[in-house]
Amino acid sequence: MLRDVGLIANKDLRAELRSRVALNQIVPFALLILVLFGFALDADSTTLATFTPGLYWVAIVLSALLAVHRSVELEAGDGASDALLLTGVTPVAVFLGKALALLAELWLLAFFLLGGVLVLYQPPVADLPLLIATILVAVIGIAAAGTLYGALISGQRARETVLPILLLPVLAPVVIGASRAFADAMATVATNGWAWLALLGAFGGSYLVIGSYSYGLVLEDFS
Amino acid sequence: MTVLSLVDAVVLLGRFPALSGASLHVAAGESVLLQGPNGAGKSTLLRLCAGLLPLESGSAEVLGHNLVDDRQRVRPKVGFVGHRTMLYDDLTVAENLRFWGRLAKVDDALTDAAARRLRIDDRLQGVLVRQLSAGQRRRVALAVAAARQPQLWLLDEPHAGLDQAGRDIVDDVVRDATEAGACVLIASHELDRVRPIVQRQVTVAGGLVREEVADAA
Repeated sequence: MLRDVGLIANKDLRAELRSRVALNQIVPFALLILVLFGFALDADSTTLATFTPGLYWVAIVLSALLAVHRSVELEAGDGASDALLLTGVTPVAVFLGKALALLAELWLLAFFLLGGVLVLYQPPVADLPLLIATILVAVIGIAAAGTLYGALISGQRARETVLPILLLPVLAPVVIGASRAFADAMATVATNGWAWLALLGAFGGSYLVIGSYSYGLVLEDFS
Repeated sequence: MTVLSLVDAVVLLGRFPALSGASLHVAAGESVLLQGPNGAGKSTLLRLCAGLLPLESGSAEVLGHNLVDDRQRVRPKVGFVGHRTMLYDDLTVAENLRFWGRLAKVDDALTDAAARRLRIDDRLQGVLVRQLSAGQRRRVALAVAAARQPQLWLLDEPHAGLDQAGRDIVDDVVRDATEAGACVLIASHELDRVRPIVQRQVTVAGGLVREEVADAA
């Protein structure tokens, strides 16, 4: 099964490298969000630094919607989801492969945006390992939930608009937990960021398990 | 030996009965033309046989597997080429062939042989699928199916978009498949083209398989 996971993840990443949708559309979109937040908050450095954790994770989640949609379109475009079923590959391998590719893309995006907020908003960094760990763990949950809900809406005609409605409420715990962990790492709120990190880990782990078990059903009934 | 047996098969697309009690029996080595007007249920019948659609009522057995509770096991044994070519636009032809072959546990040598059989040369292998013509895409899709050496071919308008040479290749693929003992179902509106390469034809209309005409060839 690991070979199939690797094949699927490699295929998604290769297609992404060729199309450059992430580079040419998702990254600029994420940067635009950061800049717009700056305008909306009057570019006041104290306010921006204070709210950096929340603004950062909202930007990540909104950008992740585009990445998830792109991942869905890869399979829905020319009926490839049917072809996946016809190979006899296990749904778990498809889920993990697609989630892995999405995870790699979102990790890159998240670290790039971290650099963006550090330059644009200039928040204090009190605990760099916590910042990095939060990105690594929180994005697992986003990728796992995004892959599952992406498949859920893949057969829908209005999937572009349905995806945010379904996925954003599901990702609310990630935004809350990751923002709290970031707030601790940036010393803007007195909280135990590592405890929030554990919660994010539980969320990501849960969605990996739920996705692995339910992806087959979703592929059969909703694609 | 019966490869495919449908009895009073009903398939719903939403609430619409795309198949409303279709019955069809096909033996190993047989090639069958499905003819009928648009929306008659030909594509639905092929997708049912591929295990891609659930059976609402009736009974269906394909390659020894009951489609009611075992359709997942039918899928890897069929070569299904539908209206959509099921290829990735942003991968090259070679990358698509390798990906689908390896995922289906097909040896690379068989994939290469299938590509040669469909006259997919080295130059074409390096081209992105999004840059292919409709006919070239269809040839690649046929190569993906051929590499798996399926026991049951399900072809939906296989000649559509192909030039004369491509059409001849499809005909050869069908003849070779039946000679090798595989079973072939072809849904097509190009009756004059398909009749010479099949052994019998059936008419699908209103979700039913209404008539059979023996010895079409």
